[in-house]
Amino acid sequence: MSGFLVNASLISLLTLIAILALRLHRLFAVVMLSGAFSLVAATLFVVLDAVDVAFTEAAVGAGISSILALATLSLVPAEEKPHSIAFVPAFLALATAAMLAIAVTDLPAFGDVNAPIHNHVAPEFIKGSADDIGIPNVVTSVLASYRGYDTLGETVVIFTAAIAVLLVLGGFTRPHHPKNKSPKSQSRITKRRKNGEGKNAG
Amino acid sequence: MSSLAGQWNYFLVIALMMIGFYAVIARGNMVKKMVGLTIFQTSVFMLYISMGKVANGTAPILTGEAQTLYANPLPHVLILTAIVVGVATTAVGYALIIRVYESYGTIEDDDLIKMIEAEENAEARDA
Repeated sequence: MSGFLVNASLISLLTLIAILALRLHRLFAVVMLSGAFSLVAATLFVVLDAVDVAFTEAAVGAGISSILALATLSLVPAEEKPHSIAFVPAFLALATAAMLAIAVTDLPAFGDVNAPIHNHVAPEFIKGSADDIGIPNVVTSVLASYRGYDTLGETVVIFTAAIAVLLVLGGFTRPHHPKNKSPKSQSRITKRRKNGEGKNAG
Repeated sequence: MSSLAGQWNYFLVIALMMIGFYAVIARGNMVKKMVGLTIFQTSVFMLYISMGKVANGTAPILTGEAQTLYANPLPHVLILTAIVVGVATTAVGYALIIRVYESYGTIEDDDLIKMIEAEENAEARDA
């Protein structure tokens, strides 16, 4: 029962943070709330016995993501245009929630030892980690050895993403850095585009 | 009813997931969309980690005692990979936002659509 209370209060806190992030219009606050969301999520992962996931979420989710978002905010306007409630998306979200809720009733109960997921390869990973590899942390031995190809694929994805970011932003060869661009020249570029000067590009 | 009470954790996570989903599809500001995507993504991670939880179990770090119950390590590994991949895709998303702002001077969806339509109309008039 105490497990229920801890989990439910942590998820309620997450819901509160998410709703605030949805409603606020100052993007700096929104980005900070998203960092707070990641930290509380890391706490929830510790409660759910996923310690490795917790510190990755705290370091990568709360740390690096926030840095990326703040770097973006230094280049783009930090204020959102006010919006009213959009009914079609709200209906879509509710319908998806209903479908997911129906699907979830077919899952085994939360924390059930006899659930199929705990009786497939997981017992062998736990048994083999000590005998085959000899490290006590099972997550590390699965990550680096049993499912090493996953980690290789992950590295490929990160490398691709780094190349994509460099290409999109122009890398080291960008002609004009946006930091040096004054608001005046920005509006001139926009005006030029409006006058149709950019059409020979398309 | 007892079966429903056994899945409370999943229901709470689904509610959280839908807040992120709503932010992604309803908000026009691109930075807000990315934050919504992060919330959505983290909620999916919570769903997976919930499945790996074993009642009265402990973290999957071997204690040396034979009778210890461990949480399932496999979802943990998959989600570790997913967190890092998620941040990589988020970085590409933010780079695209910066690029859109450089070209159009706005990061609001509806303004952007108006500008592109105006440009297309001007091209059609010239042709």
